[in-house]
Amino acid sequence: MTHLLEARGLVKNYGHVEVLRGTDFVVDAGQVVALIGDNGAGKSTLVKILSGVIQPDGGEILLNGNPVVFKSPIHARKFGIETVYQDLALAPDLGPAENAYIGRELLRPGFLGKLGVLDKARMLREAAETFTSLGTDVKDLDAPVAALSGGQRQSVAICRAVMWAKGLVFMDEPTAALGVRQTRRVLDLIRRVADSGIAVVLISHNMPEVMEVADSIQVLRLGKTAAHFTAEDADLDKLVGAMTGSIEVIA
Amino acid sequence: MSNIDELKTASTDATAPTASSTATPLDTVGATMSPRSRTIRRMTSSSPFYMSIVLLVLIAVFSIVAPGAFPSIANARNIITDASTLMVMAVGMTFVMVAAGFDLSIGSVLVFGGVCGSMAMTWMGTDNIGTVLVGLLVSMLGGLAWGLFNGFVITRLRVPALIATLGSLGAALGVAQIFTNGNDVRDVPLTLIHISTASFLGLSYLFWVALVVVIIGALVLRTTKFGRHTYIVGSNEEAARRAGINVRRQLMMLYAISGTLAGLAGMMSLTRFATTTIGGHSQDALTVITGVVLGGTSLYGGIGTILGTVIGIFIPAVLQNGFVVMNIQPFWQQVAIGLILIGAVFIDQLKRRARDRA
Repeated sequence: MTHLLEARGLVKNYGHVEVLRGTDFVVDAGQVVALIGDNGAGKSTLVKILSGVIQPDGGEILLNGNPVVFKSPIHARKFGIETVYQDLALAPDLGPAENAYIGRELLRPGFLGKLGVLDKARMLREAAETFTSLGTDVKDLDAPVAALSGGQRQSVAICRAVMWAKGLVFMDEPTAALGVRQTRRVLDLIRRVADSGIAVVLISHNMPEVMEVADSIQVLRLGKTAAHFTAEDADLDKLVGAMTGSIEVIA
Repeated sequence: MSNIDELKTASTDATAPTASSTATPLDTVGATMSPRSRTIRRMTSSSPFYMSIVLLVLIAVFSIVAPGAFPSIANARNIITDASTLMVMAVGMTFVMVAAGFDLSIGSVLVFGGVCGSMAMTWMGTDNIGTVLVGLLVSMLGGLAWGLFNGFVITRLRVPALIATLGSLGAALGVAQIFTNGNDVRDVPLTLIHISTASFLGLSYLFWVALVVVIIGALVLRTTKFGRHTYIVGSNEEAARRAGINVRRQLMMLYAISGTLAGLAGMMSLTRFATTTIGGHSQDALTVITGVVLGGTSLYGGIGTILGTVIGIFIPAVLQNGFVVMNIQPFWQQVAIGLILIGAVFIDQLKRRARDRA
């Protein structure tokens, strides 16, 4: 069976430090895959490779079974892979709709478009559609993002990624800076994104949260895939055990 | 597994968001609040709105204090003509500052542009509209050169804009003085002097030039992709870069615009005074930045409008004129403008903090 995105035996060295030592990774459409591991286990490096930020020293990446090389995040985006960065990469002075179209602004048809005139009405309308369809609570699509709450800002960043993602969204610690209620909302949003058919790769430190929202959980330890659980047979002890190496479970 | 198919066919064009295909018909987002009341609220809390009130108060005060001299058509014309040169530079400054940049060099670049323009016209030796147009072109190219130099130093050599343009503030004036041995050029073509006294619909041509620059500037900043990218770069440079916006190129173009407009202002100044006024522009950057900041453009980038700048520029212009009309020692103007600049930035800080806390 071919997977949406599959990584085989990824290797990455920084000088003499082996960050990834033959890491495998698999994600399918409509799934939330959580990627967990202790600090330094190679989570960030793996995601950076899979989203085109850095190049692996070895191993291969398959997209729908075909080998691909992502030269840059912009290049990866062209394959329908989006990333929600931990710092969100939003322009705080611009509105949610404007943020959704950063770098991908729509121009007016015809002569005005040739002059570089923006189609603001269409961008506002289509952004509003996405925001509503994902059930986010961002009301005022003109207000600057800086005036929104942390959870709403996170929602804007996620909606933007989902709007453009054709298959896969990486989310780096999306709830790290949020309160309980806002975390709840963002987790619901992540679930809805996956239910719409897009794959979500979630990096998180929060075990209960991971077990709640993820369909499958991949544990990294010292640059290798230490374990692979489905949501049903994962529990806190197993996850922590796999992370720390006290349990050896290669699925 | 339709998403896999979509992923397969995903090509280089990413124009259509796919998530909208799952969207339910939308009327709730707009309906939760009245867009009109939101627009009104936003308008009345904006800097241009406050500043136009301040401007009206200033005009009222000067009119009451100097009823014989200040509120006259001739004086209004004076203020407008005075403000025109500053306005042209302020449009460029607004672009640069919205992108979180800074251009201290404009006063010197104005002088440099004026010197280049006048030298070109002298060298040609003719005296007709063609001479003036060539002078204008040379003047703007001189400004463009300094703008590109600023842009290069800032984006390639990574010298902070404040220092880079402080450097060219000195250098541009120095080069202009080398060209003229430190003396003002006084032999400008007669055609230019005719233009300075001519008017269209009762207003000087300088005003009309400034108006055209303002309108084009406002349209570009407000409605085009170039303008939008300017806001994004100023608001979050890293986000712009990650979204694939060429930040260096954008900044380069913004400083080029600022330089070119300062060159144009050089020609306007030459037209108005029939001399290069080498010593008279050391305060221009201060005045222009004050006007731009008063108009609501944030020193930290990402916020600002040309309309605000237009209102903002008239505050120092009216103040200067009012002080002259009231026979107040001219040094007080500098004191007032300096303090107003500090006050405007303080208010900008307060607003930013209040917003980020929300």
